[in-house]
Amino acid sequence: MLFVLGAACVALIPLTGAVFYMQLLSKIMILAIFAMSLDLLVGAGLVSLGHAAFFGVAGYVIVLLSPKYQAASLWLTLPAAMIISAALALLIGTLVLRTSGIYFIMVTLAFGQMLYYLFHDTKLGGGSDGIYLYVKPELKLAGSRLLDLEKPLHFYYFVFGIMLAVYFLLRRVFASPFGRALAGLSVNERRMLSLGFPALNYKLGAFVLSGALAGLAGYLSACQFGFVSPEILSWHYSATVLMLLIFGGIGRLYGAIVGAFAYVLLQEILANQAVFGAMAKHWQLGMGAVIVLVVMFLPSGLTSLLDRFGRVRLAQQSDD
Amino acid sequence: MEFFVQLLNGIQYGLLLFLLASGLTLIFGIMGVLNLAHGSFYMIGAYLAFWLARGTGSMWIAIPLELAIVCVLGFILEAVFFSRLYHRNHLHQVLFSFGLILVFEDLRSILFGDDVHGVPVPELLSRSIPLTSNLSYPVYRLFISGTCLVVAAGMYVVIQKTKIGMAIRAGSTNREMVESLGINIRTIYRWVFAFGVTLAAFAGMIAAPVSSVYPGMGGQILIVCFVVVVIGGIGSIKGAMVAALLIGIVDTVGQVLVPEFSGVAIYLLMAALLLWRPQGLFRVA
Repeated sequence: MLFVLGAACVALIPLTGAVFYMQLLSKIMILAIFAMSLDLLVGAGLVSLGHAAFFGVAGYVIVLLSPKYQAASLWLTLPAAMIISAALALLIGTLVLRTSGIYFIMVTLAFGQMLYYLFHDTKLGGGSDGIYLYVKPELKLAGSRLLDLEKPLHFYYFVFGIMLAVYFLLRRVFASPFGRALAGLSVNERRMLSLGFPALNYKLGAFVLSGALAGLAGYLSACQFGFVSPEILSWHYSATVLMLLIFGGIGRLYGAIVGAFAYVLLQEILANQAVFGAMAKHWQLGMGAVIVLVVMFLPSGLTSLLDRFGRVRLAQQSDD
Repeated sequence: MEFFVQLLNGIQYGLLLFLLASGLTLIFGIMGVLNLAHGSFYMIGAYLAFWLARGTGSMWIAIPLELAIVCVLGFILEAVFFSRLYHRNHLHQVLFSFGLILVFEDLRSILFGDDVHGVPVPELLSRSIPLTSNLSYPVYRLFISGTCLVVAAGMYVVIQKTKIGMAIRAGSTNREMVESLGINIRTIYRWVFAFGVTLAAFAGMIAAPVSSVYPGMGGQILIVCFVVVVIGGIGSIKGAMVAALLIGIVDTVGQVLVPEFSGVAIYLLMAALLLWRPQGLFRVA
């Protein structure tokens, strides 16, 4: 119910004609897609600190595939970006899934950094300066232009549609036998193995799907900002997404969306000069403090508050 | 001869990495907590060296002063925060310490600004040893290597040969049993944590004259430490030593031979070792 209400609000925002809010919301929704892709992994007990690698590589793919002064075809570049991200996830996944627990966290982080240095130190994508995307891709069908991502309105609804699609896709995945097996693996891997589930294949499947969806988010992000730099591959970005997932609540998808909203809005407030004056430059200080407090006092995230609130109301209703 | 100099540099870098990685692996191996903010203590150590050396005028006064400050800081952090995270899952530990990184990094920016600062080499050690007619090696780098070796030997003796070391080792395998034998494991944990982060700060402090102090220095070295710990095996001090030297040499020699790919070299090494021994070279069971 709340979800529908929220979706309706987001869908109606463009009617107000405020481009600033449309861009802000596009940014939030892209982060939400990225966070949902990570939720698939973290929900299965695979805490990855290198997820930005797949996000960032897809961003580089769209920029490098685009002709300099012409719009690239969305039909071509979007699948290409996602496939390359998925292939990379397959390669890295086969290595990192040999480890588990704390090792997994450290190894995913290290591989993420490896890609960061690959783009940072070599001429592959403009080195540490990054590289610009001059013309954004467009979607053509039978000669007529359906979507032009250059226009904020088109971009906004495109991102909105994709966010909903990813949400419903992942909800299906979570409810499918594959998703149930993943949930089982996160609780007790040995038991699942003895029941005959090929644990590694399931995890690798999740890793690849998650990588492809992170690539989708990275593609959209590169389109929105028209610029990619090694920073989008760095582990700080991976940690940020993990953090907003915790903000929202893990393993429930809409937690990722709530977390993305909460994080970006908090950032906007902390970095607002009107509110914090000269300290606005140091917004990360406040953000760090909020993270520390959330981990200490609200480890199951904001949406767990909703649940608690919901339960209280239900209890009151049954009392009546 | 040129190669010999690079090898010495690699060993010196490796030994420095060992100081950092041993603290990280000790804290993880014994308390089971992953502290991402470990690199921040390296940064804190370096900036304190910069600040105190300028304030007191001498590295030799700055060093003990600084060790005391960081030790107290570690003690407080353990008591207030980390001791509550031991039984939580790794995800929470990771995020908590990520929050700490942001806080430390911005405090650094507020207190010291975002410029790169140099730290002078102590006068006593500012000479160079001539190797050939046109090559020489700075004494200070030898001093770093020597200090690291002394600390490593000291750690070995304390952990393997003393009663406290025995309690620490026992505490990492079975906390309840050690407690029921009347040893206060909480206090031991607190000291181990404070000692571990002090090691990191010490590494930052003695590295400061060579590397200078700059924003983001903690994050960079943290990841390299992770690679060291993963290769060496989590919780193993011996593994940390072997892996740190390996990484130090590979990274330094790599920068000379293939500068463009030197950033990637150590990760490729890690990938190869993961295929061969996913549990690390010397994992403590």
